[in-house]
Formats: sequence, C-alpha cells, structure tokens
Amino acid sequence: MSNMTELMEKRQHLVQEVLEGYPDATKKEREKHLAVVDEADKSSCAVVSNVKSRPGVMTTRGCAYAGSKGVVWGPIKDAIHISHGPVGCGQYSWWSRRNYYAGMTGINSFGAMQVTSDFQERDIVFGGDKKLTAIIDELEALFPLNRGITIQSECPVGLIGDDIEAVARAKGEELSKPVIPVRCEGFRGVSQSLGHHIANDVIRDWLLDKRDLPDMGTPYDVALIGDYNIGGDAWASRRILEEMGLRVVSQWSGDGTLQELAHTTKAKLNLIHCYRSMNYICQYMENQFNIPWQEFNFFGPTKIIENMRKIASLFDDYIQERTEQVIKQYEPRIKATIERYRPRLEGKKVMLLVGGLRPRHTIGAYEDLGMQVIATGYEFGHVDDYERTVAGLGDATILYDDPTAYEMEEFAKNLRPDLIGSGVKEKYVYHKMGIPFRQMHSWDYSGPYHGFDGFPVFARDLDMAINNPGWTLIKNPFEERSLS
Amino acid sequence: MEDSTSKSTASKVDGERWIVKDHNTLFESPNYQKQFADKRIFEQGATEEEIASVEAWTRTWEYREVNFARSNVLINPAKACQPLGGILAAAGFANTLPLVHGSQGCVAYFRSHFSRHFKEPFAAVSSSMTEDGAVFGGLKNLREALVNAVQLYKPDMVAICTTCMAEVIGDDVSSFVADFREEGVVDANLPVAFANTPSFVGSHITGYDNMMRAILSDQAKGVSDKDSTKINIIPGFETYVGNIREVKHILQALGVEATILGDTSDALDSPATGEYIMYPGGTPLKQLRAAATNRATIALSRYSTKKTMDMIRKRWKQDTMALIPPIGITATDAFIKEIQHVTGCDISEELLRERGRAVDAMLDSHPYLHGKRIALVGDPDVLLGTVSFLLEMGAEPEHIVCTNGDDDFLQEMTALLATSPHGVNAKVWIGKDMWHLRSLVLTEPVDLLIGNTYAKQVAKEADIPHVRVGFPIFDRHHLHRFPIIGYNGTVFLLQQMVNAILDDLDRKSPAYSFDAIR
Repeated sequence: MSNMTELMEKRQHLVQEVLEGYPDATKKEREKHLAVVDEADKSSCAVVSNVKSRPGVMTTRGCAYAGSKGVVWGPIKDAIHISHGPVGCGQYSWWSRRNYYAGMTGINSFGAMQVTSDFQERDIVFGGDKKLTAIIDELEALFPLNRGITIQSECPVGLIGDDIEAVARAKGEELSKPVIPVRCEGFRGVSQSLGHHIANDVIRDWLLDKRDLPDMGTPYDVALIGDYNIGGDAWASRRILEEMGLRVVSQWSGDGTLQELAHTTKAKLNLIHCYRSMNYICQYMENQFNIPWQEFNFFGPTKIIENMRKIASLFDDYIQERTEQVIKQYEPRIKATIERYRPRLEGKKVMLLVGGLRPRHTIGAYEDLGMQVIATGYEFGHVDDYERTVAGLGDATILYDDPTAYEMEEFAKNLRPDLIGSGVKEKYVYHKMGIPFRQMHSWDYSGPYHGFDGFPVFARDLDMAINNPGWTLIKNPFEERSLS
Repeated sequence: MEDSTSKSTASKVDGERWIVKDHNTLFESPNYQKQFADKRIFEQGATEEEIASVEAWTRTWEYREVNFARSNVLINPAKACQPLGGILAAAGFANTLPLVHGSQGCVAYFRSHFSRHFKEPFAAVSSSMTEDGAVFGGLKNLREALVNAVQLYKPDMVAICTTCMAEVIGDDVSSFVADFREEGVVDANLPVAFANTPSFVGSHITGYDNMMRAILSDQAKGVSDKDSTKINIIPGFETYVGNIREVKHILQALGVEATILGDTSDALDSPATGEYIMYPGGTPLKQLRAAATNRATIALSRYSTKKTMDMIRKRWKQDTMALIPPIGITATDAFIKEIQHVTGCDISEELLRERGRAVDAMLDSHPYLHGKRIALVGDPDVLLGTVSFLLEMGAEPEHIVCTNGDDDFLQEMTALLATSPHGVNAKVWIGKDMWHLRSLVLTEPVDLLIGNTYAKQVAKEADIPHVRVGFPIFDRHHLHRFPIIGYNGTVFLLQQMVNAILDDLDRKSPAYSFDAIR
C-alpha cells in the first residue's frame, strides 16, 4: 500500500513537473486535462475534454473532415466520396486508413480513391456549386456502378457560402440515387469528433430508414456499428457474431454500403464497438425506432468472452447455448496464444494515446498478455469516454486528454514504458528514444486485432515490437574518448 | 474437432512452427470467403456479370474518351497542396519550427504524410483555428501559437505558412507578426519568416517555392560578392535525403565551398541513438544569413524554385541557374559544368571515375531498357530528370502525366523529347491524373511504369513492373535514403529499373526462356 502511495506521489509530481514547461496560461489550461488515477477516489481524476487544443502546442488531433471523410463515410464502399475543396485534404487521407473492403476499386467500390474538386482561385471567388454539379455528372459517366455520392466539405466550402445542399438535392432527384452533402469543414469543432457527429446526423437525415431488408428479417438480426474494418477487424468480429447465431444485416461502416446504412432500422439490436464515433446514431435509433443498443468490446479473449455472453443474454436460449459452444471451441487456441506470448510480455508497461475506443477497449487485451497500461488518453474523447475509462484503470495510471507532443515525450522519458501505442506522427520519435512502438490507429499495417482471429495477431505484433533484437543495438559499444 | 471453427484456425502450432495468420492470408480461408458472399445479400450491390462487364469497358478506348472528356473532377491526382511544400522548405533549416496558420487538421495530415515517406518524426505546429477564428480572424490564435511553440520547442527560427482557411478569411499574417513584435510577444531576435501558401493555387511545389523565398528574403541580406567562390545550392521540393548527400559528395569532390539552402538530409534522416532530437539537422542559420553574398545560386529544380530564383537574381544580384535534377549522365554533366562555370573549379578524378562507372553500368543494362515503352507520372522536375535519363538508355517514354505541370513544363518536356529519336512517341499530359494514366496504359500498353506509391494501382491493373520514383513513397522502404541524382544516383536508379524489368521477365517467361544469365 505504501508502495502504491509512493508511486502515486511520484506520478503526481511528474505531472506537475511536466506542466512547469508551459507558459502560465497554457499550463492552467493543460492542468485540467491531466490526472493520476486514485483507486480510492476515482471521481478525483476527472479530466476536462472535448475542448479546443491550445495553438502551437503540437496536438495530435485532426479535424472534422478527417472525422467524416476519413472515419465514418470513407469506408462506405459503394459510394464515391468527393473531397470538396482544394486538393490537399483528399490527398493526405487517400488510401491510408486501411478500412478494408471486398470489391473492385474503381468499378463497384471506391474506397482507395482520391476524388477531388481541386478548388482553384476562381472557385473560391465565384463559388464551387456549378463545378460540383459538373463533377457529379462526370462521376456518373465514369462509374456507372456507384450507388451514391457524398460531398465531403473542406474548409473553404463553408467560408464562401456555397449551397451544396441544393446541388445535392437536385442531383439526387435527377439521378434517383443518394447524393449526400456533408458539412464537415475542418474548422468546425475542436477535433475529428464533431466530424463523426456531423456524419452521423447526415446519415440520419439523408439515408436512415429509407430502405427495407431484402427479406422479412429474423429475430436475430443485428447491426454491427462503429467498426471500421481496419486490417479486417469487422470481418473478424462479424465472424463471432455469426457463429453465435446472429445475423449481421448492416456494417457501420467498414466494408459497408449505402443499402446497409439505410435498412439498419430493421435490425433488432444495434451492437456498437466504437462508442465515440457512432453513439449518436444508436441513440437516435433507440429514441425514434425503439431499437436497443449495446456497447461491446472484442479486444482480447477475456473481454471478447465477457461481451459475447453479455450480447447473448439479450437473446434466447438458442443463442446463449451456441455462444457457449463457440467459446468452448476457441478456448484451446486462446490458451495456446497466451501460453506462447504471455511469458515474453509479462509485466511489460504500456503507454497509449489513441482515439475512439482504444484507450480503454484494448486494456483487457494487454492484460490478457500480462501487460499493464500505465498511462492512457484520448485524442478527442468526451466526458462519457473518460467515465467509461477510469473505471477500468489501476492506481497511479496517468490519464491525459489531447496531450501535446511535448507532454508525451516528457512522460515517456520519465516512465520509460516497454511499449507505446499511438500514431504515425508519434512513432519515430519513440524509435529514436529506443522505446518500442506500435501504431494503434492503423495496427501498423497489420491486423485484424478484433475477435478471436485478431488476438494472435495482436499478441504476435506486441511480441515482435518489444522483443525486437534491434533495440539492443542502439547503444554503441565505443567509449566516448574514441569518438574525439 | 472438425467443426468449421477449428478448421480455419488463424494461428496454430504446426509441428514446432507457430503460424499466425494476419490479414494477408486470414481472409482467403473458405469461411471468410463465405462470409463475404453471404454479406452481399445485404449490400444489394452489382452482380458479378455487371462488374465484369463494366471492368472490361473501363479498359477500352471508348472509356478513355469518356475519361478524357472530364474537365472538373480529379481522380487520383499526383499533387498535394501548398503548405505541405512550405513546411518541407522550413524543415531544411537548423532549429526551425514550421508553424501553419489555420485549421489544425492540415498539420496532422502533413506530419503523417511526411512520416510515412521518410519514416522519421516531422515536427510542425498549428495555430488551431476554429469556427470563431473564421468569424473574428486568427490573430489571437497565431499569437498564442507563437508563445506556446517558442517556449515548448525552443526554435531559433519560426517559419509560418497558411492553410486555405486563413487564406479565405484573409488574415494578414505579416502585420500580425509585426504587432506581436511591438507587443513584445515575439522576441526581437527571433526570426519569423512568413509565406502565403493558399491550397487553391498551384501545388506542393508552389508552396515550397513560396516558403523558401520567404525564408531567404527575410533572413539573408546583401548582394553577391563577385570575389566570392562560394555558391548556394537549392535542392527544390526534394524528398530524397540521399540526393542531398550526393550533392554534398559532388561538391566535396570538386573542392567547391557551398551552402545548401534547405538541407533536409540530416533533418529527415536522424540516427537512432536513444535520444530524440527535435531539430537534428538543417542549414545552419549563420550560413543562411550569409547566402546573399555568395557568388551564385544553382537550383536543382526549375518548377519549385521559380519565385525564389527570381528573388535571388533581383535582390541578391547573383548569377542563378535552375537546372533539371541531375538524373542520368547528361543532366549530371550539366550540373557539374555549371559549377565549374561559376567557380572555375577543375573536374576531379574521383567524379570522372564515377561517371565512367555509371556509363559502364548503363552499357551493361542497356539491352533490357532499349526500346522499352515507359509511362511516367510525377512532379515536373522529377519527370524532366527521369526522362532525360531514359532517353540516354534508348528507352521510349510513351505517356508522361504531370498533374501539376504548367505550359512551361509542357514546352520544356516537349523540347527534351525532341532531342532524341527515342522521344518521338511520347505524349505529355499536363493537368491529368492517375485515372487518366490508367486509361492511357490500358489502351496503349507500356513495359514499365515510373511513379510514386499511388501509381501501384495502375501497375497492378496493367500487370506491369513499377519503379517507385518521386513522392510520396510509402510502400517501399529506404528508397529516399539513396540518391537518384549524380553519377552514383544514376546507377542506383538504373539498377532499380533494370531489375524491375528482369523480375517481371522471370515471372512471366515461358520455361525455356527462364534464363540463368541475363
């Protein structure tokens, strides 16, 4: 106990020390975003979240466009997503998120493409609506199998007063297919998060409940929501749900289609993995259509099994029995994975800075491998995320909201974790420091990490990151005098 | 257990060998393939027949005509926006922090983009403007950004450029910075360079030019000292750290003293030592400040240095020469001759030997490149250098696509092609994109595609080898650490091209032609 208190004090001291590096006003602001978890009084570690990043601090955050085009809409594979505005936004978000889909790119699927209206000065001066109309016609001619078009607004669109809604309505009627305007200009809100919300609302207003299932439906129809199929995550999760006897009628939005979004209101239950980015639509469907929703977590066997049972408990004996059978079938594989990797990873300490659900959802998977998360935080979480997170954190865990590059570096230098999980902007900083790192947005070009099929991949990747023989080479063997 | 679950286990102990199936193989298993097929009921997508028929149509001349009829949308363009180039220019100076004024998402994108290419950290900050900034302007944000960034990241210089948001609302950054100096918010001794880099004008190469011009004109005062033998070299929008090192090697071999203005070679290729250093390289600011009094300036890029070179000519009164990147023998010869012309240095034995080796290597590999039809896509400068080299090899450029090429480029490339009988079949396409390129390659096939990572979609559909040249290169490692310019770089590029062709030949050759010796 006294050890714990000592650790607690040490970490609180560390947080204070890091804060000293800021100018006064920024320090006051950043102070509210940092906390050390006190197990005895978890209410004391509430952090302020979802407010503006301070200018100039090097936040990891992105923008509303990234939240809509990059996260929610981009994975809808049978629609063409126009990055509406100058060329950059679409270029930087092109084919980089790894939201896999089954389909032929440029023929019936349009995910790994960068479609841009490439605004020029004249478009800024005279408006881009005419160009947008012409673009939609050009896309129709080139891609006859597209099932719809979305217009993802970049900053200038909202500043110059274009009426993309009018264009969308007119073209949608003319083409008899969804043409959907999204007001996700990058200056809206404080992070990606508002982009998720805006995208949810647009789906609600332009698509939801507009179509029926291809059949009469079954009592076991569910929608898989908030899974972006990074490296095939949604496929691994869907597999489990189907083996449990459920029928997944919609995938939001990894490997998803407009049809699936539109008929989701015919599902009996919404299962949501990434709460942050899609709770809005689930809440709406509950209010409007009485569709219940259940959060779940398919990272790591402990959480997967716990959540399979939680989901099954919402159904009848048939589903519950099948669920137990499925768990039983997977047990030998889970055991083999843990037996292989846990000895190599036991006791290793992890620092996380990610988005969406991962700062909390992945903790169980690390724990299954004997690892401990000693610091975690969200790029763009809200208070409800932190409430859900703190409950699962151990004493003296450092919690940071929208931490700056400076903060993360200071924490890492001091805590010397065995692994950091964050994004590509952060990755190479920690490589220089000699700290093992995995990109935990993109799964570092690996995956899936969801489900029973994802867990061995996760375990293997952590093992290879931490036990990479290269780390031992960083320190050179030469004595200093031989350098001079 | 022979049920469906255990049959396709994703990982297993296979004898002693532990196998983990990740996305590369996992989803090929029958149960996932069935999952995909079953999911189609809910997708209400096109039928297999429709897909096959449309796919076949997109390979036709008829489709190509539809494709080239468009004048509004770009699909898979090979260009990015101005501030990306702006912060690359800034990153080439010692202890310089790029600050991008406008929405914060842009900076997240730029940093990711560069980190994916260089596999290095890329430091840059944003003034994080939001909706109220759109209404009231970004003065407050920029002030706070400078205060925070200077205290946290302790730069010796700040280089500010703009996103389209700041440009559209018309923030006057120069007067903002002047105010900050008056208020004492910005230390009188801290250099702050500023460039407008609107995303809706030009491309990343324009942004590089604007920022480079701003930094040089802001920092280096005076005029050319005609007695000086020291020269400046400006790499241009250069994404090969190996190229800059090769330039240094050439200068050293010639015994010429030079300042590289915008030297990213150490800044974006730092060693793993156990310590993270935020500014690991770049042109020392002292050298930057002395650059105006040097004898002359040579740029290894024409299209990303136009305004910069113009400024140098007019303000620094220097002799200037903007070359195409020295790729291949002729272009490297021209670069060295230019240095000789300016400095009066002698050619060195070392470089002559390197030249001879490069020519020797080209003669060795020539049969596999002569007459080969080549498609290229990229930035204007890289295209000019690469085509110049290909013509030396007797290779035949067929389609040259340059999304950010202008009329000057069109003329210059046309003139270059006209210098060789191997250039007669080439068609130059400015303002076109990689969806156009796809049509070109599918209707008029080629043997080799040269372009950045994104071009791999076209290469795969056309089933042709792809040599990655340009920016970004995300999917092959370390190419940017090696030079493709100078005599040494020429050998490296040649090696990639000939071996790509030979790999393809081996993969496709009938058994009798599957030769041991090539």
